[in-house]
Amino acid sequence: MNPISYSRAASVADALHMAGGQGARLLGGGTNLVDLMRKGVDTPSQLVDVTALPDGIDRAEDGGLIIGAAARNSAVAAHPLVRSGYPMLARAILAAASAQVRNMATVGGNVMQRTRCLYFNDVAGARCNKRVPGSGCDAIGGFNRYHAILGGSDACIATHPSDMCVALAALDGQVHIAGPAGERTVPLVAFHRLPGERPDIETVLDPTEIVVAITLPPSPFAARSAYRKVRDRASYAFALVSVAVGLTMREDRVDAISVAFGGIAPKPWRAARIEDALRGASLSPSAIEKAFEAEFADATLLPGNGFKRGLAKRTLSAMLTELGGPAQ
Amino acid sequence: MTIKVNGQDFPPPDDARVSLLDLLREQLHLTGTKVGCNQGACGACTVLLDSRRVLSCLTLAVQADGRSVTTIEGLGTAEALHPLQAAFIEHDGFQCGYCTPGQICAATAMLEEVAAGMPSYLTVDLAADRITLSREEVQERMSGNLCRCGAHNGIIDAILDVAGEHRP
Ligand SMILES: Cc1cc2nc3c(=O)[nH]c(=O)nc-3n(C[C@H](O)[C@H](O)[C@H](O)COP(=O)(O)OP(=O)(O)OC[C@H]3O[C@@H](n4cnc5c(N)ncnc54)[C@H](O)[C@@H]3O)c2cc1C
Ligand code: SF4
Ligand code: FES
Ligand code: FES
Repeated sequence: MNPISYSRAASVADALHMAGGQGARLLGGGTNLVDLMRKGVDTPSQLVDVTALPDGIDRAEDGGLIIGAAARNSAVAAHPLVRSGYPMLARAILAAASAQVRNMATVGGNVMQRTRCLYFNDVAGARCNKRVPGSGCDAIGGFNRYHAILGGSDACIATHPSDMCVALAALDGQVHIAGPAGERTVPLVAFHRLPGERPDIETVLDPTEIVVAITLPPSPFAARSAYRKVRDRASYAFALVSVAVGLTMREDRVDAISVAFGGIAPKPWRAARIEDALRGASLSPSAIEKAFEAEFADATLLPGNGFKRGLAKRTLSAMLTELGGPAQ
Repeated sequence: MTIKVNGQDFPPPDDARVSLLDLLREQLHLTGTKVGCNQGACGACTVLLDSRRVLSCLTLAVQADGRSVTTIEGLGTAEALHPLQAAFIEHDGFQCGYCTPGQICAATAMLEEVAAGMPSYLTVDLAADRITLSREEVQERMSGNLCRCGAHNGIIDAILDVAGEHRP
């Protein structure tokens, strides 16, 4: 690691002032950044600790929820308003990492975390367009079990590893951003970019900007919603496929529906085609199959990750069938 | 500012790159806390930071400035064992012992989380405020601590034993 300076921002204005320069990085819990620094993937010269920035979890004016970017993942999952009103979000956070990591990780850092692609993390041994633009991608012809089947490009097929963000995508989360020019809000589903020719540019956040909060509108899905994660071991592993589903039913037909996938794409994948196909329909096996095909028709399957298509389909069908049954 | 370690104040390191793990082991010579993977994957380096379990390998020591750290040395002594230390001996909760300090620090915080009603991925009713600590719940809640010797059954027995004593 190169020498680094460290300072704690006392306010958002303070952080914006300190973090503008070349080589500066915001430090949340450090669970991702400290590891990347140790591996030489990221080489900042200045760390600005943003964990003293707002971390409240409160009811918003519209009846929804506002979560400060410095809130720890464990605090969000344990909060009564989240457990009762957004159980899918609590379950997604609890599906991630370990209790130790969740105690450290912040909401802002979670949204901004980098991919777990092994080649991205292997500075000495691998080519990676995300780390060194134009150098090539060793995952496409290599070990790609954890890689994307939707939304990838010829340059990069890395997945976004967050569980929390999959639930935020399904719940219509909004990312609140502060910058030198003022504040702006971006829907979570538009916050992460697809790789295209520039996999090194991962979000719409400018380097001079900071994530300050996430808001969620009131959710109709508290009663019928779920987050299911399929992985290589029962706990403490990243997703092969994960699915967030929220449903409301009217006389055995789908009224409102929200579906998002993790583990299959470079960003949390909101499945609008599945939602459109199922709104107003009854949840028969053939309706679910047709809806799934509409979303996954252009999936790119590689030898290492082709199994994800079937796995995603079976996981989604099982969840819809369970949630669509008589209300608990 | 200072970092409080097991009740005693120490200055934070001058070099911001020093991890909390290296500060504890190399500078304060508290070698009870172990280095496993040094990348967040094993839990051997688990300590309590302001009473919550964290990984000292992914914490920079400067991040602990103004906060309080408890390591295995601060939980019990050879003369006065912590209840979990006694239970780990009683139930053969280790073989080589390398993962044990991390397991015991993690389990200490885990029992507090359960007492506070915090749910896990396996908790069926997320809105309920009382947790029933089954074997499966202990497995899930302790999944951040690996044991290469495979002493898991003894570890779970030891934790359930101590949890039982805490039950009202
Ligand atoms: C062993 C292990 C297993 C894991 N397993 C999972 C898993 O199964 N599922 C899962 O979802 N995650 C998993 N994670 C990842 C974990 O969720 C992330 O590392 C964590 O959420 C990052 O949060 P942080 O606060 O520690 O971020 P940091 O490491 O502090 O920062 C990460 C990035 O975000 C930037 N940043 C931080 N705060 C802000 C802000 N306010 N505004 C803008 N940028 C900011 C930083 O500059 C940095 O680039 C795992 C991590 C580990 C170590
Ligand atoms: S998939 Fe993306 S992150 Fe992984 S090696 Fe290829 S370019 Fe790099
Ligand atoms: S040494 Fe910290 S988690 Fe392995
Ligand atoms: S007792 Fe040897 S690693 Fe756990």
